[in-house]
Amino acid sequence: MDAKDILGLPKSTHPASQEKKSRPLKESQRKPDGISREVYALTGGVPPLMPAVEPLQLKKRPPTDEKITWQWLPFTSSARKDNLQLYHWVKVVNGIPPTGDYSFAKYNKSVDVVKYTDEEYEKHLTDDMWTKEETDQLFELCQQFDLRFIVIADRFSSSRTVEELKERYYKVSRSILIARAAALPGDVSEHPIVKEPYKFTQERDRKRALFMVLSQTKHQERKDYEVLAEAKRIAESHMAARNAKESESLVTFTMDSERAIVFGETLSPPSNSEFAPAMVAHSTSMAENASTLVSLRMLRVYLRTYALDQMIQAASSSAGLRTIKRVEQSLQELGVNLKPRVPTKAVCAQHLELRKEILTLLNLQKQLQHKEAEGSSYRDGPYETPGTPKDRTFVPDSTSFGGEVLGDRVGKRDQKRKALGRAEAPSLPAQSKRPRKLRASDL
Amino acid sequence: MSVRKAGESEPPQPEEGGSSAQLSQPVRTSKPAEDGDKKSTNKRLKDVDICVPIVYGTVAFYLGRKASESQSHKWTVYVRGATNEDLGVVVKRVIFQLHPSFNNPMRVIDSPPFELTECGWGEFEIAISLFFHNDVCERQLDLYHHLKLYTEDESGPQSTKKPVVVESYNEIVFPDPLEACFARLQNHPAVIVPRLPAGFNLPNPVSIDQKNDKERGDTKDHPLSQWFLNFSEADELLKLAAARQEVQAHIVNVRRKLSMLDGPPQLSKPPSGYEYA
Repeated sequence: MDAKDILGLPKSTHPASQEKKSRPLKESQRKPDGISREVYALTGGVPPLMPAVEPLQLKKRPPTDEKITWQWLPFTSSARKDNLQLYHWVKVVNGIPPTGDYSFAKYNKSVDVVKYTDEEYEKHLTDDMWTKEETDQLFELCQQFDLRFIVIADRFSSSRTVEELKERYYKVSRSILIARAAALPGDVSEHPIVKEPYKFTQERDRKRALFMVLSQTKHQERKDYEVLAEAKRIAESHMAARNAKESESLVTFTMDSERAIVFGETLSPPSNSEFAPAMVAHSTSMAENASTLVSLRMLRVYLRTYALDQMIQAASSSAGLRTIKRVEQSLQELGVNLKPRVPTKAVCAQHLELRKEILTLLNLQKQLQHKEAEGSSYRDGPYETPGTPKDRTFVPDSTSFGGEVLGDRVGKRDQKRKALGRAEAPSLPAQSKRPRKLRASDL
Repeated sequence: MSVRKAGESEPPQPEEGGSSAQLSQPVRTSKPAEDGDKKSTNKRLKDVDICVPIVYGTVAFYLGRKASESQSHKWTVYVRGATNEDLGVVVKRVIFQLHPSFNNPMRVIDSPPFELTECGWGEFEIAISLFFHNDVCERQLDLYHHLKLYTEDESGPQSTKKPVVVESYNEIVFPDPLEACFARLQNHPAVIVPRLPAGFNLPNPVSIDQKNDKERGDTKDHPLSQWFLNFSEADELLKLAAARQEVQAHIVNVRRKLSMLDGPPQLSKPPSGYEYA
């Protein structure tokens, strides 16, 4: 602006922006022939990467000079041990039927299930928990069903769990293998079952944990993620604090937070774990604060604004980007500078406290919304029942601030909305069934 | 705040008042010199901060009729004490790094007031490096300031009388200063220090060699002082206090609603020993 002004040149428009406008128009107008527009749109409106079969090509296909007929012929399969004779359609080229085995016979794989003699059983395989009959039956089923333990467990006479069956099977196999190897010269230490025997308890716990993970609600999942993130941060700040050679006091901070980690990590009902993240968050931020202060003192000189930024970062470490943006938005709504204009020690301290309080408020509001969402899922009908007290109290009546923050969150799609002094959140048209509730977006 | 291990000195009384009430816990010294009192230069005051409030920025005048293509503005970049006191007690030297199109873009100012005046046409970022006296700090501190020559509204002719002023307030903090440094600075108006408890023995202050090219190091009667901006923390403190009150009220509100939702019969949560904040 300055140089051009001085030189008296006219300010020219940016050429790139003009190009952009013409291009998107073009794309939607063009469509390929041969398939309808809607079908083409399924690919995303862009030609597919792989060359598709051209519709024209399909018509040209009848080829060549070979004489092809289709005949209903008998066939045998090496996969069958009986002599069942089946028939199917076969492509006959120039009068010569195809040769070779049934093409699917190669998929008939089976497992080499160990076969032990009675002698071997007496010598190596006796077990308190298993009778010989049961073991024999187990192995028969294993052979029959190719080690498909789910099926085997189903058909097993006594009710044994899959893990028990597996354990017995693998133990027997392992013992036999080792026993036979001992008799003949042979090294079986490389055999997988010898190297890594089946561990019953490990498997049982693994499956249990897997089940719990799979059956977690989204809520639970988020909470667990938060707790683990906190734990990681606490551990890191613990390391940092220890490295800074601080004394017992910091250790008590981190000890509190470690206790909180244990509290949060046990797979406990939701109400319990709701606490843990909050507790952990509290002690995390305190530990982070302390370690930030420590690292600041290590500097020989620093600016007050730098110190404030570090403290803000430490306090917001547990918050996502969106939350931080919300905090800043709230500050703006309150008429507070995002960066203090006069960053004295007192001003910075107050600013930091204000930010922390806003974070607290946002967290509490999120909790409130979750609670209400949980409660409202039991209500009938997709429409809000008018006059339900819960909906009204959701929006704080007192001042505009709460309405702004909440109204803004709900009316997120309408960004120009200034909800100053609005007591009720704006109701949206049929876009959402509960206009005042928080949508999938979270903090 | 955390309690530190006891140091060499006797446990003093807790801090009261002080201009910036920075001391909230007993003062300790650390690492006494091996040679005893002779070399007290290595002793540092733990948990004590020396704070130097500064303002830095630029004042730019349009030259009007005297303007040429390459020199349309005359501007001054400076670092001053926030109350216009002499920064020379703390700052030894300031280096202003200008745009490379300037001759000798690295301008070294060895004595207060730390300022530099130049003519030019372009806006650019000026790097300001502060170097402190040896007893204060051996590391330099870097600031950055964008030189502004033009006002936001480009309508109308520029005034030669009214300059474009951009200033930033900040505070330089020196944690755990040397005893000698503290002794030297504790009574200087440019510096904010906490009040040490009575009976604290500091070495006798030794004033350092300060270059005195210019008559005075302070900027109280500086020719540009009429354009200096006012930085009062009172306004901001007021705003912050009001904002905090509002937020706290909302927190109480939401907490009430949360407890209402839980309702007395289903107290699933244990009585709160766990407040969130």
